[in-house]
Amino acid sequence: MDLRLTPEEEKFRDECRAWLEANVPPPFEGAGLNEEENAESLAYLKAWQKKVYDAGWAGISWKKEYGGRGATLIEQAIFQEEWARANAPMLINVLGLSLIGPTIIAVGTEEQKKRFLPKILSGEEIWCQGFSEPNAGSDVAGLGTKAVRDGDHFIVNGQKIWTSLAHVSDWCLLLVRTDFEAPKHKGITALLVDMHSEGVSVRPLKQITGDSGFNEVFFSNVRVPVANVLGEVNKGWHTAIATLMNERANLGAGIYIQIKRTLDALVEKVNTLQRNGKPIAQDPIARQKIAQAYLELEIFKLNSNRAISKLSKSPIPGPEGSIQKIFWSELNQRTQRDAMEILGAHGQLWDLDDGKWVYGYLRTRGNTIEAGTSEIQRNIVAERVLGLPKGYAR
Amino acid sequence: MDFDLSKPQRLLQDSARTFFSRECAPERVRELMASDTAHDDNLWRAIADQGWTGLIIPEQYGGLGLGLVEMAVIAEEMGRACLPGAFVSTLWASALIEKAGSEEQKAKWLDGISAGDVKATVALLEASADWNPAAVQLKAERDGEGFRIHGRKEFVNDAAVADLMLVVARGEKGLMVLPVEKGTDGVKVTPTPSIDATRKIYQVDFDNVYVEGAMASGINAALEYSMGVAAIALSAEMLGGMQWTLDTTVEYAKTRQQFGAPIGSYQAVQHHCADMLLYTESSRSAVYYAAWALTEHDPLSRNAVSIAKAYCSDAGREVGNLGIQCHGGIGFTWEHNLHLFYKRAKANELMMGDATFHREKLAQLVIDAKD
Ligand SMILES: Cc1cc2nc3c(=O)[nH]c(=O)nc-3n(C[C@H](O)[C@H](O)[C@H](O)COP(=O)(O)OP(=O)(O)OC[C@H]3O[C@@H](n4cnc5c(N)ncnc54)[C@H](O)[C@@H]3O)c2cc1C
Repeated sequence: MDLRLTPEEEKFRDECRAWLEANVPPPFEGAGLNEEENAESLAYLKAWQKKVYDAGWAGISWKKEYGGRGATLIEQAIFQEEWARANAPMLINVLGLSLIGPTIIAVGTEEQKKRFLPKILSGEEIWCQGFSEPNAGSDVAGLGTKAVRDGDHFIVNGQKIWTSLAHVSDWCLLLVRTDFEAPKHKGITALLVDMHSEGVSVRPLKQITGDSGFNEVFFSNVRVPVANVLGEVNKGWHTAIATLMNERANLGAGIYIQIKRTLDALVEKVNTLQRNGKPIAQDPIARQKIAQAYLELEIFKLNSNRAISKLSKSPIPGPEGSIQKIFWSELNQRTQRDAMEILGAHGQLWDLDDGKWVYGYLRTRGNTIEAGTSEIQRNIVAERVLGLPKGYAR
Repeated sequence: MDFDLSKPQRLLQDSARTFFSRECAPERVRELMASDTAHDDNLWRAIADQGWTGLIIPEQYGGLGLGLVEMAVIAEEMGRACLPGAFVSTLWASALIEKAGSEEQKAKWLDGISAGDVKATVALLEASADWNPAAVQLKAERDGEGFRIHGRKEFVNDAAVADLMLVVARGEKGLMVLPVEKGTDGVKVTPTPSIDATRKIYQVDFDNVYVEGAMASGINAALEYSMGVAAIALSAEMLGGMQWTLDTTVEYAKTRQQFGAPIGSYQAVQHHCADMLLYTESSRSAVYYAAWALTEHDPLSRNAVSIAKAYCSDAGREVGNLGIQCHGGIGFTWEHNLHLFYKRAKANELMMGDATFHREKLAQLVIDAKD
C-alpha cells in the first residue's frame, strides 16, 4: 500500500493543475441554479467542455483512438481532484461521459465507437438515458416500450419518464422490448436513438425544485436503424447492466466536488453569520455537524480511491458500486440537511446566496431515488456482494 | 497510488489471522475475561515471538521497524479475535518512549518491550476523563534529581500487569512524562471493573511517589504522535471486530430459518447487513489511510487520525447493534460471542477520545483554520 503519487502521476497532476489554472473560465453569472439543466447555462457549459476536449482532458481514461487520453483510472481520479481544487465548472453531458460512453466502449461495435464517442467527449452531442417508464421504475426489466423489426429498421412505440436532460439531448440510450414471449429479462434490446427523429416528443416535467431536469418522452413510430442496436438484439439487459454498474460506480466522482463546494461554502458562512451574538462557527452543535460531514466526505473519497485501486487491476465495475451509490446519495442529503439546520431561518430563503441552499436541499432529495433507489442498492449489496438469499421474485 | 495491501502486508495479515485463530480462540478470550488482569504470559510471549510487541519499534532497539500500515494489519486481526490484555497500552507507551525518551531509556525499555519482557502503559486521564493532555492537573514537584507525584490517575489500562507506567504530569515548564516502574513505593492500583472485561482498567493512586528519569522535552508532540498511533490501533481493532460481526451475522442470516425461509431473504435483515458492510468497508478506508498518513508524516495526518477514530467509533458501535439485532434472542445471551466484540467496541470508542471529541478536533482544523 502506498498512497503517494508515483513520479508519473505527479507529473500528470502538475500538468492538469497548470492547464486548469490557465483555462478555468470565470463562474457563470446567469440565473441558472441547476448548472447542467438550465438552458441559459447550456451554451456556457458546452463551450467549456469543447475547450476541455480540444485540450485532450475529456474522457481521461478512454482510449486515444476514441478521443480519450488513454490515462489510468488513478490519473482520472487525480484529474477530478484537481478539478475540484480549481473550482472548474461541471461538465455537461454527464450521462454520456459517465454511463453511456463507457457502455458503448464495453459492448458497442467499432463503427458505433468511432461515430459516437468523440462527440460525447466534446459535448457536441448530449445524451440521455431512456430506461424508466411509468410502470417500470425499480423493476426496469418490466418495461413495455415496443420495437418491431421492419427491414433494416426497428419501429419504436411507447413512453419513457423521468428522462433527465431529454429536453436538451441529441441522443438517447433507449431500452425497448423486442420479444414479447420471452421472460422479461430476455426480450429487451438497447437502441441508440436520435432524439431529433420524427415521432420523438419530449415534455419537460417540473421537478420539486421548480425547474425542469427530467421529462416524459413519447415515441410514436420512430424509425431506428438496426445498426444502432447497442449489444445484441434481445440481450439488452446485459447492456443495461453495464450502464447501471457504470452509473453506480462513476456518478459519484462529480458528486465529491459538489459536496466539497457545499461544505466550503458552509464553512465560510458559519464564520460570517452570527447566532446569539456570536459567530455560528463557535456553536458546538454546528461544529459537530460540519466535522461529521467533512469526515464522511473524506471517507467517500477514500472509498472511491480504494475502488479505483481495485478497478485498475480489473476494470469492470461490479456490484460494489452500489455501496458508493448509497454513500454519496445519503451523504449529500445529510450535508444539505445539516446546512439548512445550521443556517436556521435564513436557510429557507430563495434570496440567500441565489437560492443555493434551498435548491440544494430540494435537489438532493432525489439522490436516493435516481440511479436506483437506496432500497434497491441495499438489495444488491445484500444479495450480490454479501451473498444473502434472494428476497423477491424477478 | 496503490490502496491495496502489498504482498508482504498480505502475508503478514494471513499469518496474523492464523496465529490469532489458533492462540486466541473465543474460549481463551472468555477465560481471560474472567481472570483478574486479562493477561496471559504464554500468549504475550507467543505474540512477542512473532516480533509484534516490537512491530513499530526501530530495529536498533530490537523491534521490526515496520510502519503503521503493518501495525493496522496486525491490530485488525487482534480485533477480529478480541485479543485480551495489554497490547494497545504497551504500543502507546512504546511510541511515547520512542519520541520522548532519552537514548538510555529507549535502549532499556524499547528493547524490553520488543523482547516481550516489558509490558507498559500510560497514565494520562484524571477525574475529568478528558483526553486532551492539556487537562492534566497532577503536579510533578522537583525533589533533588527526581520528582514527586501525589494524586490520582484514572482509566489506566492494564495498570496491574504493566512493568512500566508512564505518568503524564504537569511540571513547572509544562507537561512531563515520569516513568514509574512496577513495585515503586507508594503506588496503589485499584481495579475499576468496566464494560469490557477483556481489557481491564484501573485507578492509580500515587502517595508522594519519587520518580527519576523524567522526560521533559517535546512532550506535547510525543503525546500527540503516540496517541495517534494508539487511536489508529484502536480503530483497526474496531474494524476487525466489525468484520467479525458482519461475517458472523451474514452466515447466521443464511442459515437461520423463520416463516419457512432464511431470515437473510427478508429485506429488513438484508438492509441491516448491507449497512454493516458499508460501515465496515468505510472504516477500512479510514483506518488504512490514517495509518499511511501518520507513517508518512503527511500534512493531513492529524485530520486522517481524527477521521478514522471518529468514524470507527460510531461505526463499530452501530455494526454491533445491527449484528445483535439480526441475531434476535441468541444475540442477547452471554453464551454467544457477539457481546465480546460489542463491549470491546464500546471501550475502544471511548479510549483516545470518542467521535464527539475527534469531531471537535476536526472542526478546529476545518472551520477555525479558515478564520
Ligand atoms: C431526479 C431524477 C432523475 C432521474 N433520471 C432518470 C433518467 O435520466 N433516466 C431514467 O431512465 N430514469 C431516471 N430516473 C428514474 C429513476 O431511476 C426511478 O425513479 C427509480 O429507479 C425508481 O423507480 P420509480 O420511480 O418507478 O419508483 P418505484 O420503483 O415504484 O419505487 C417506489 C418505492 O418502492 C421501493 N421499491 C421498489 N421495489 C422495491 C424492492 N424490490 N425492494 C424494496 N423496495 C422497493 C423503492 O425503493 C421506492 O422507495 C430519475 C429519477 C429522479 C428522481
